[in-house]
Amino acid sequence: MDKIFAIILGNLLINNFILFKFLGLCPFLGVSKQTRSAASMGIAVIFVMVSSGVITWLVYQHLLLPLHIEFMRTVAFILVIATSVQFIEMVILKTSPALYKALGIYLPLITTNCAVLGVTVLNIDDFFSGNKAVPGSFGFSVLQAFFAGVGFLFVLLLMSGIRERLELADIPESLDGTPIAFVIAGLMSLAFMGFLGMKV
Amino acid sequence: MNRLWKEFTKGIFRENPIFFIVLGLCPTLAVSTSLNNAIGMGLAATFVLVCSNAIISLIRNVIPDKIRIPCYIVVIATFVSIVEMVMKAYVPALDRALGIFVPLIVVNCIIMGRAEAFASKNPVLVSVADGLGMGLGFTLALLVVSFIRETFGSGKIAGLSISHSFEPALVLSLAPGALLVLGFLIGGIRWIRSLRSY
Repeated sequence: MDKIFAIILGNLLINNFILFKFLGLCPFLGVSKQTRSAASMGIAVIFVMVSSGVITWLVYQHLLLPLHIEFMRTVAFILVIATSVQFIEMVILKTSPALYKALGIYLPLITTNCAVLGVTVLNIDDFFSGNKAVPGSFGFSVLQAFFAGVGFLFVLLLMSGIRERLELADIPESLDGTPIAFVIAGLMSLAFMGFLGMKV
Repeated sequence: MNRLWKEFTKGIFRENPIFFIVLGLCPTLAVSTSLNNAIGMGLAATFVLVCSNAIISLIRNVIPDKIRIPCYIVVIATFVSIVEMVMKAYVPALDRALGIFVPLIVVNCIIMGRAEAFASKNPVLVSVADGLGMGLGFTLALLVVSFIRETFGSGKIAGLSISHSFEPALVLSLAPGALLVLGFLIGGIRWIRSLRSY
C-alpha cells in the first residue's frame, strides 16, 4: 500500500517528469501556449504512456529476458512506442473522428517525446531486480506510467494557463517566447520543490 | 572543401542546436550538473549523430519514403545501444551519472532532426560534417550551461573545489537552476544578437 502511494505522489508531484526529471520538455514548450491544445496533448500522452508501458513490460518479461537479449531494450522499446502510437492513431481515426481531430496532430509528435521512452525504461529499472520482476511489478509499472502521464498533463495545464496570461504582459523582446517559458518553468520547479519535504 | 567547412561550422555557432534552434533540451538540462557529465553526454551524442548521419545518407535512396521515420529510428537506436554498452563496460561511473539519459539519446530531437532535414537529402561526406558540427555545437552548449551551474552551484570546476571562501548557490545545481540558467542564457544570446543587428 505504501509503495502504491509512493508511486502515485512521486510521479505526480515530488519527482514530476517535466520539472524534476526533465523529460518531455519539447512538447512542454511547444504546445503550452493554449490550454485547449495542452489538454489534448496531455491526454494523448497518458494514452500512449499507459499502452506502451503495458506492451514494453510484456515484451521485456516474455521476449527479451527469456532470449537473453536485454541489450536490445532501447531498440525494442522505441519500436513498440512508434508502432503503438501509429496504432492508436488509426484506432482513434476509425472510432472517434472528433477525438482524432482534437488529438490528431499531436499523436505523431509523441513518438519522439522522451517522457514516453523514459517511463518505459524507468519501469524496467525500478521494478526489475537482477533480471527478475519484483512482486507486483506489472501493476506498479502501469501505475507509474499512468501517474507520470497525469503529472505531465497537470504541469502542462498549469503552464498553459500562465502563458495565456503572459500574452498580454510586457516582456523584454529578447526574453519573449522560449526564454521566458524556461524562466517560468524554473520558478514552477522551485515551487514544486516544496513537495520534496513530503515523506512517503 | 569549402562546403564541408561551412556545414561543419554552422552547427557550432550560427545554427547551434540548443541556443538558436532550441532542440534537444531534456539532456541539456538534466546532465549539465557537472562538466564531466556534460563532456560525456556531448561526446556520446556526437558519436551517434555522426554515425547515424553517415548511415542514413548512405541508404537515403533505398529507404521508401513512407516508412523513413521508423528506419531512422532503428539506425539511431542501434548506435545508441552501442554507446550504452561501451559506456557500461569502460566508464561505469559516467554511465551511472547519466543514468536514463543514455538510452534517451534515441529520442534526442537533434539527431532525428538532422536525419530528416539534412542526411536524407545530402551525400555522405557533407552529412558527416554536418553531424560533427551539430554534435560539437551541442557539446559546446552543454559545456557552457554546466560550467555556470557547476561553478556557481557547487563551487567546483570539473569536480575540483575552487575556493573555500565562496558560498555556492545550491539552487543552481538543482532542477530549478537548470531551467533558469538556460532561459537567461538563451535570452542573453538573443539580446546580444539584437544589439548587433542595429
